[in-house]
Parts: sequence; structure tokens; C-alpha cells
Amino acid sequence: MIAALAQWFGDASRWAGADGIPQRLVEHLAYSALALAIAALIAVPLGLWIGHTGKGERIVVLLSSGLRSLPTLGLLTFLVIVLDVSLGQVLIPVTVVLTILAVPPLLAGCYSGLQAVPREVVQAAVAGGHSTTQVVTAVELPNALPMMIAGLRSAALQVLATTSVAAYVGLGGLGRYLFDALGVQDYTKMLAGALLICALALLTDGLLALLQRLLTPAGVRLERARNH
Amino acid sequence: MANQSLPRRSLLAGLTLAPLLGACSSSDPFASNPAATGSGTSGAGGPVTVGSANFPESEIIGELYAQALEAKGRTVQRRMQIGAREVYLSALAEGSIDLIAEYTGNLLGYYDKSATPTGADEVAEALAAALPAEFALLDIAQAEDKDSYNVTAEFSTKHGITSLADLAGYPGTLRIGGNPELAQRDYGPGLVGLTRVYGVPAERMAFTPISDGGGPLTIRALAKGDVDLANIFSTTPAIKEQGFVTLEDPKHLITPQNVVPLVAKAKLDDDLASAINAVQRVLTTDDLLAMNGRNAGDEKAQPRQIAADWLKSKGLV
Repeated sequence: MIAALAQWFGDASRWAGADGIPQRLVEHLAYSALALAIAALIAVPLGLWIGHTGKGERIVVLLSSGLRSLPTLGLLTFLVIVLDVSLGQVLIPVTVVLTILAVPPLLAGCYSGLQAVPREVVQAAVAGGHSTTQVVTAVELPNALPMMIAGLRSAALQVLATTSVAAYVGLGGLGRYLFDALGVQDYTKMLAGALLICALALLTDGLLALLQRLLTPAGVRLERARNH
Repeated sequence: MANQSLPRRSLLAGLTLAPLLGACSSSDPFASNPAATGSGTSGAGGPVTVGSANFPESEIIGELYAQALEAKGRTVQRRMQIGAREVYLSALAEGSIDLIAEYTGNLLGYYDKSATPTGADEVAEALAAALPAEFALLDIAQAEDKDSYNVTAEFSTKHGITSLADLAGYPGTLRIGGNPELAQRDYGPGLVGLTRVYGVPAERMAFTPISDGGGPLTIRALAKGDVDLANIFSTTPAIKEQGFVTLEDPKHLITPQNVVPLVAKAKLDDDLASAINAVQRVLTTDDLLAMNGRNAGDEKAQPRQIAADWLKSKGLV
């Protein structure tokens, strides 16, 4: 199996062309990034508002956990039929289902990040004459950033792993290897595809973890070090 | 603590319902005890256990067999929706089931991976030779469920294409949709076969893999004109509903897949054979289409009811 896998990756033709690994990797990243960007546009403002005002948290928790439980592949087939899209437009339902997957963790990261900022810190900022905008941008946001990135990590991991479904409706991405191999029971190719998706997800997670560390404010880091 | 009993009860209800909903089977999968069937020892003339694969058509045909046997006074047990071929064939070998509906080409392919027969008769011959000694086949029906290439009626009339042999003369690039394996395999009804058997140039075929097994996405792609040619199983009700034209296959690119009953030899007797063969004699592909349509369409009729109605209409019960 390992020898077959090595041979699969060693084959020069795997590294070029429309069905080559670089092309599939780029497609996979593009679908994932598109969904994550749209999810961030929805989740970040909403999460900041909820975190800052403390309003609507219950509804959001309920909604986002509900959305999480939707089966992606079933929803995708459903949307393709309901939205009446043609083959050239299937990226739309694919992006919708991936966005639905990415919004809950991003949202949770945002509002819980803001809520975790100690009330005394916020109150001190208000007492010191900060406006609401200043409180959000200069106090709450920097302190919440590590948790927001944690939300992004979780969302990115889930989206990168699930973008494989794009291949189900005829698009590309690394899922192509899984679905093409499934049809002909080519388990080497399937394993290779799964490993590539794992590697991509882990690599992305590692990079975001690094970012999370860099964005943790010095004060928060100091306090954590003291507590340890 | 009283408030804990409710979620637990609903959880239990969910657990009990789940297998029933999932199996979509009209028979209780736990009703018959595999040890109790003991078909291997009870021999011919005794109760018969009819099985089916895990898709509706197989269960419908299984019901046809079961009810045809019951009409002859046989005791029948049902073990429907067992699983894929590997699983139900071992169930047949160990005596958990005695009889199941099969398809000639696929069954031959299972026993002989290198088989290359093309016509229906050749497949039947090769299958009879490849079959394990403990199994027997009954009569092969005219009805079959196989890969089929379909175009829209509009495309067919506009370009005068009614057969796979006409495709080579199509001037543009053919956009083809279907399961991904069509582009992967160098045997069977794939793109390589279209080139080899019907001379459609490879560079004039553009393939879109759609992984739903000729299901709603594939049908939609053809209906909306996203593809010119789609591979859909021949007994899919949508072919009729959408007025698709199934292309003729004069050179037998697609392996015949006629319905054939596979029986454990130990259970075979003349009464059983004549009851099942009576069904086989009249069963047509159109019948399968109509029965699948009742099951998959708005009616959502149960296999047991569909089978009972068909047998009655043919005067078999």
C-alpha cells in the first residue's frame, strides 16, 4: 500500500495538467477561501455586535448549532435542485453549503472572544473617556483577536475537509481524487487524495496557529505567562 | 430527575425508528432469524427466504418473487435491503437467503472480472459457466436495468441522433455527463468504449463527472442542456418523464443486464422454478420503469404494494 502510494505521488504526470495535484490544490483552496471570506463577512460584524451588546446570543447559539447539524452533501443536492442552477453555476450552491459550515465557528469565536474581555477592562476604557468605537477597536477587538483566530482555525479546518463535496457535482478540487477513485475502487488514489486534504488542513491550521500567537496582545500574553 | 426521562424516551424512539426509516423496507429486517431459516438443511419444498440488494428495484423484484411463491402456497420469509453484491451473495452461500434477483452482466463481472462477452445470449452463456456449483439461475427476463446514454428529444431530432453509432457524425464537441468512472475505465460503457466501438474521437468529447449515479443532478444537467449526452440507468423513471431519447447500442458497447433469479441449488424444486419463471416470462423493462416510478415518484408506493398490483394485473396471483 505504502509502495503504491509512493509510486502514485512519484508519477510525474500527477504534478501537471488539469488533473494534476497543483491544479486540484489551487481549486480546493479557491473554493475554500471563497466560502471562508463570505462567511467572515457575515460572521465577524454579527459576532462583534453580539459580543459588544450581549444581545441575541441565545438565538445565535441556537441557529448556529442548528446549521452545523445540516448534512452538507444532502443540502448540496437539495440546493442544486431548488436553486435550479445549471452545471456552470454549481459553484453557487457549493459556496452556500461551505459558508453555512464556516459561519458558526467564526461567529462563536467573535462573540465569545469579545465576551471574554474582562468587564473591568472595558469599564476602565469607558471611564478613561473612550468612545464606543474606540472601546471596540482599541480594547475589545485586540483582546478578542486570539479567540477570533481560533474560530477561523476551526472554520478553515472544517471547510477544507468538506470542500471535497464540490467534486460530487462536477467541480474540481482535491475531492476529485476521492470521487473518481471511488467509482473504480482505486484505493491508492483515494488514500492519496485523503492524505492531501489532511496535509492541507493541518498546514493551514499550523499557519493560523502561528498567526494566533503573533496576534495575541503582549499584555494578554504576559498575564497568561504569569498565571502559568 | 423527572425531566430527564423525556429526552431519553425520545432518544430511544429515535433509535428504534432509525433502522426502519433508513431501510425503507416493508419487512422488518429483524423479523427472521438467520439461524432459524436453516435453508441449507430444510431442502427443497420447504419455506423460501427471498432477499434483495439495498436499492428499491431489487426489493420490488424480490417482492414479485415472494408473492408469486406465496400465491402457490409456499411459506416465504423476506430479508430485503441486505446490502451490496458481496454481502448478499455470501448470505446466499451460507443459506441466510435462498433466492435473490440479479442482473446478468454485473453478476458475470463479479465472478469473472476479465469477461468480455457482448450480446445478451453470450452473457447468459458465460454466466452459466462462471456460476459457483451451489447456485443456479432461473429463466432470464427480457427486463433489464443497465447503463444507457440519453439525449433530449430536441437534440435527437435536431442532429438526427438516435443511436450511439450516429455520435461519430456529430460535428461539434459532445458534452457528456455521468459517473466519474466513465472517464476512468478503459472497459465498459465509458468514453474509451465510445471511441473504440463507435469511433467518437476522444478530443471531441468533454466529460463532466457527476457522482449521483444518474440521479437528479445528472438528469437535470441533461434536461437543462448543460450536457448533450448523459449516462442514466435504463429504468430511471425520469427518462420517460423528461422525454429523453435513449440511444440504440447496435454494437453492444453496454453489457446486457437482464434480470435473472439466482437460487441456492439446495432449495430449487420444480414448483419454485415454475412460479418464478412465470414472473420472468412477462417482466419487461417498461414494467421496471413503471414500478420504479411508483416507488420514486410522488406516490411513494411500497415495494410490497407495487409488486402485488403488478402480479394481479398480469394474472399471476
